[in-house]
Amino acid sequence: MLTNERRQVGRAMPRIDAPLKVTGRAAYAAEHSEPDMLHGAAVSATIARGRILEIDSRAAKAAFPGIAAIYTHENRPNAAWLDRSWQDETAPPGHTYRPLQNDRVLFDGQPVAFVVADSFENARDAAAMITVRYEVETPETDLTTKLAERYVPPKKRSGISPPPDPRGQPEEAFKEAHFRISGDYLIENEHHNPMELFATTVLYGADGVLAIHDKTQGSQNVQKFVCNVFSLSQDKVNVINAYVGGAFGSGLRPRHQLFFAVMASLDLKRSVKFEIARSDMFYLSYRPAMYQTVSLGADAQGRLTAVLHDTVQVTSRYEDYQEVVVNWSGLAYRCDNVALTYALTKLDAATPGDMRAPGAASGLFALESAMDELSYEVGIDPLELRRRNFVHFDQNENKQLTSKALRACYREGAARFGWERRQAKPRSMHEGHELIGWGMATGIWEAQLQSAKARVRMSANGQVIVQAAASDIGTGTYTILAQIAAEALDVPAEDVSVQIGQSDLPETSVEGGSWTAASSGSAVDAACLAIRQRLLDMAQKDDASPLKDATVEEVVIRDGHLRLDTDPRAGVAISELMARAGETAIEEEGKAGPDAKQMKSFASYTHSAVFVEVRVDEELGLARVTRVVSAVAAGRILNPKTARSQILGGVVMGLGMALHEESMIDHRSGRIMNHNLAEYHVPAHADIQDIDVHFVQEFDDKASPIGVKGLGEIGVCGVAAAVANAIFHATGKRIRHLPITIDKILGETVGKAA
Amino acid sequence: MPSAPPSLRTIPITLTINGRRHDLDVAPWTSLLDLLREDLKLCGTKKGCDHGQCGACTVLVDGVRINSCLSLAVMRDGAEITTIEGLGTPERLHPMQRAFMEHDALQCGYCTPGQICSAVGLVSEGHAHSRAEIRELMSGNLCRCGAYTNIADAVEDILEQQQKAAAE
Repeated sequence: MLTNERRQVGRAMPRIDAPLKVTGRAAYAAEHSEPDMLHGAAVSATIARGRILEIDSRAAKAAFPGIAAIYTHENRPNAAWLDRSWQDETAPPGHTYRPLQNDRVLFDGQPVAFVVADSFENARDAAAMITVRYEVETPETDLTTKLAERYVPPKKRSGISPPPDPRGQPEEAFKEAHFRISGDYLIENEHHNPMELFATTVLYGADGVLAIHDKTQGSQNVQKFVCNVFSLSQDKVNVINAYVGGAFGSGLRPRHQLFFAVMASLDLKRSVKFEIARSDMFYLSYRPAMYQTVSLGADAQGRLTAVLHDTVQVTSRYEDYQEVVVNWSGLAYRCDNVALTYALTKLDAATPGDMRAPGAASGLFALESAMDELSYEVGIDPLELRRRNFVHFDQNENKQLTSKALRACYREGAARFGWERRQAKPRSMHEGHELIGWGMATGIWEAQLQSAKARVRMSANGQVIVQAAASDIGTGTYTILAQIAAEALDVPAEDVSVQIGQSDLPETSVEGGSWTAASSGSAVDAACLAIRQRLLDMAQKDDASPLKDATVEEVVIRDGHLRLDTDPRAGVAISELMARAGETAIEEEGKAGPDAKQMKSFASYTHSAVFVEVRVDEELGLARVTRVVSAVAAGRILNPKTARSQILGGVVMGLGMALHEESMIDHRSGRIMNHNLAEYHVPAHADIQDIDVHFVQEFDDKASPIGVKGLGEIGVCGVAAAVANAIFHATGKRIRHLPITIDKILGETVGKAA
Repeated sequence: MPSAPPSLRTIPITLTINGRRHDLDVAPWTSLLDLLREDLKLCGTKKGCDHGQCGACTVLVDGVRINSCLSLAVMRDGAEITTIEGLGTPERLHPMQRAFMEHDALQCGYCTPGQICSAVGLVSEGHAHSRAEIRELMSGNLCRCGAYTNIADAVEDILEQQQKAAAE
């Protein structure tokens, strides 16, 4: 643990990359260039299933002499053959999609040609002149017609736990339960839509070395992918993602713009930039549609006696994309009779991908809506129902929890919201012509630690540099790593230089799953500890040193000195130690990773309680969320300012999930109809009112070496259910189909999902 | 649709960008956004949709906020343009830039230049008098990281400062 009282960690300091970001000086993937570089543009398929008969680019070539190349499946340069060469560290099992592999069209918007020209406009306009003739096959894109073709994925996705075996007698217990509820829930596809377009700039070096600026959540994941696919050695490929304009999971897997830009750069031996269009962002990755059934049984007091949760989730024809959807229902509350089942069904669509709290955001919508419904059945307050079913143990895995301050979230969140003033009966609260509804839900996400390394360099003059191949996708990684090093080495955090977002820096996994702060933060802390040890070794070379008999735990770094913790007067200047050793700086590496032994008996989760107020205008069918309180237990908070922003962002995305977001497919053509930001609605300023973020105290010395659990996902968890529950409280309508749009509020939707 | 090499079809224009005069030959189909980003390397102005739907490309033209992706560069001949780079520098932040930093009104930072230019335009328009009006009048600028409440705090802060200064 960090022990310095001069708190840098825990301080609400502004993010250190803010000055560059607010002045437009932070350069994102498409914002690197060199004279006479080439620009790419893709031609996207206009069918969802079939094959390419002919691609005619004669008119484009005639009109644009500046075209350097047009690539199709007929002339694509060679790339790796084996599936495993195409599988990045986050890939699901299956046959990874390979751009321009053959004449097959597997999904709407699939790139079928790639134009490289001397300017962005020429490439774009030339691409628009290319005509493609297809043999169209009838696509299947409607989940609800494919439920019967469900299957359990034969190969599990790495890092994703399949549902646990059933426990107890779930079916019998449900039949015999005093109270029973059961419902079907439907969620439509949602798209990440980070504000930055996916882009790759490949700068082709004179020595054949590629400097690749890519929009990604992991520079080293991309580097390995490029090396594998194009048979290059790692020293020929440098990947940089210093600034990432949002990703939310969409940047975990290498995307096709990377493949195209690298392919063209290698083929033409030129620098190439390719930034995709917003409409094409809808063909990359999405939170998958799924059909869920949750059945809950409870005794006369509302204690759960049976939990059954089944999900059928969309995937593509070519990959078995998996996420953890139903497992949460086996560990959120105490219950001894549990059956959790999870299946996939294949559609003519691109492979879905991880989107902020993948699985949990969807699964908890169903579970937490069902818990709300049960509370009315039992006739007790929804919050009280959750308290009655509290569990301080992971029954799925039969493990203890490293910590769970969820009761504090319930208590403090409810107090901040004013939950005790809630009138239980639906439709009982109103103001003017608006019905008011108060709903709540529990959020859960796994607190994970991934292997991470970091290097810290401390100069004799007190300058500190932190290096790691970690990423900051808006999460605050730059800032918290600076704070951790600053506290350990006792320098102002503003003076720490943090270098991340580059593949040649110390090994770090992709930024995702809320694990970066815990993992890279612990690695930086370990590197600082190693620096202290080095300094102590230097000091102890002097027999007269006051630190002669001290251990590393007994010394601290203060004001440029190595001092005894118990007697700060006893110490030696770091500059003197380095001078004596003939060094101007010392550099150490630290690493962190999961503790296999501890994981045998402990599981670790973040928790939240979300309280929502909606106001519904029944005549218009309009629901507005006017207040949200999100009370979060996530271990140690490194920076309350950036931490709060993480939760705000999760809540806003949850409100979008609840009320706005839906990628609409015309099932006759299998094509996405609203692939733009005017028709795919993400929350705008006017949609977002009061959001109160509250972190409860939670001490955890097992989740990670620095006591951090991570915040990227927990903010979105439970939000959609809390909104749906508030809408039920306001209107008496239980809507189980997201997003809850006007038509559903106006329509008769009680009891059925669709 | 273009059918001849673009070099044959450029049009001379003059723009004053961030106080500096630029004499330019631009293709008639080049948007103001692409001119700024691709030709002048002023990449602080962002491309988020190229369709006027997200606001990331907001700049000030003669003091008025516009989506630069919806304007052809040639339409702005003679105009005075302020981009995020012209508002302030990391060493000398514009008050709105400082307010964004202090209120953590950004996360990934990609919509941020557009939000800030839009907010500066909003303040000079003088139409926003309440938080509700700020929210409504900033709704052309999307933020997927969900920094909206902090952005509203930053803008409110500047509005209040301005009202106080005006009262004195």
